[in-house]
Amino acid sequence: MKTHVFRPLFVVLIIVGLILLVRAFVVPEQFGAHERGYMYGWHNKADEDRWKDFKIKHKGSEYCKDCHGDKYDSIKRSPHRNIQCENCHGPAIDHPEDPPKLKIDRTRELCLRCHAYLDYPTSNRRLIKGLAEPDRHNPGIECAICHNPHDPKLGR
Amino acid sequence: MLTRRDFIRYIAIGAASTAIPAALSRAQQGYVKPVEKGPRWVFLVDTQKCVGCGLCVKACKLENEVPYEANVSRTWVERYVITKDGRVHADSPKAGRDGYSGNVIQLGHGKTEVINPADIAKAFFVPKLCNQCDNPPCVQVCPVGATYQTKDGVVLIDRKWCIGCGYCIMACPYGVRFFHPIVHTAEKCNFCYHRITKGMKPACELACPFGARRIGNIMDKSDPVTKTIIEGRVSVLRAEYGTKPQNYYIGLSEEVR
Repeated sequence: MKTHVFRPLFVVLIIVGLILLVRAFVVPEQFGAHERGYMYGWHNKADEDRWKDFKIKHKGSEYCKDCHGDKYDSIKRSPHRNIQCENCHGPAIDHPEDPPKLKIDRTRELCLRCHAYLDYPTSNRRLIKGLAEPDRHNPGIECAICHNPHDPKLGR
Repeated sequence: MLTRRDFIRYIAIGAASTAIPAALSRAQQGYVKPVEKGPRWVFLVDTQKCVGCGLCVKACKLENEVPYEANVSRTWVERYVITKDGRVHADSPKAGRDGYSGNVIQLGHGKTEVINPADIAKAFFVPKLCNQCDNPPCVQVCPVGATYQTKDGVVLIDRKWCIGCGYCIMACPYGVRFFHPIVHTAEKCNFCYHRITKGMKPACELACPFGARRIGNIMDKSDPVTKTIIEGRVSVLRAEYGTKPQNYYIGLSEEVR
């Protein structure tokens, strides 16, 4: 066989070799088809741990209970018992270290998320107690001026 | 003296003792799929309970570092208002982040439509999030292996590997994916993977005061969510696409897309 037949073959082999060499350095070690197979599981396994290590911000009301027991108890006795502390006080993250103080959302808009009256026949919105028509019920002022969010009923 | 009978017996025992362990190890290598115990995360949305407060969207954005003012979100709440003339008015301004507190429908591009309450036949809210499909089309189209499904069924995105081509965003029939404005990769709901793998609820479920959103493990037959999915009346979104979505909805109406 003449060499001109083999020459392009060697060129191709060298190119393939170079690609494999570069690939060996660039592609992470844990890259491959994992539990879900080639079609859905072709990935770098190390990335799963990166997502697992994502920072948790919302700790839940039980996290607040130890230091703010009185506040925890008061809201648990009220109709607002299903509302998490962090829905109004913001995510705890690493409170009290970071942030040392949480910013409380006292806006009227926060209350109106649930308490604005909407005449929607097939929605549970109509069943919420203390519904108000935002334009008629003391427009412009914060609800928290009269209603204590931890015990929202007046005259108690 | 070795008899013929013994000779055959030894051959048979020898063959069996090498073949059986070999066959078993072959099975463990994936020839036969090993039965592995582990969670398969699914989601149950009770649209009857949702009042459209949007606290789930707020919590999700803060938890998952999705820019609060940018008009993208991993989860969103849709409002459907069906008037008596049969027209469907649907919107989801800012993904429902600030809740719904008025009768004005946002048509987009600054246009609005005021609905007279007397004309409303039915109206309700539908929370949406990633379906973590059993056949995720977004994963199939990824040219680099940056998006993938874990063995517990959650579809994740490798931010270091994503090249931002946007194929997955086009492929998702549910419009769940978007570009993260800061990370500059594809982004989507992952059921708060950092929380559920530590036994915590996703941020949206934690924030929901009405129990409209619940995560469950379909492999655990004692899980109340699993029981509702198996025994209750539930439906999924866009089953005709064959994606096998794993978010189950209670009280879904035909107007919902």
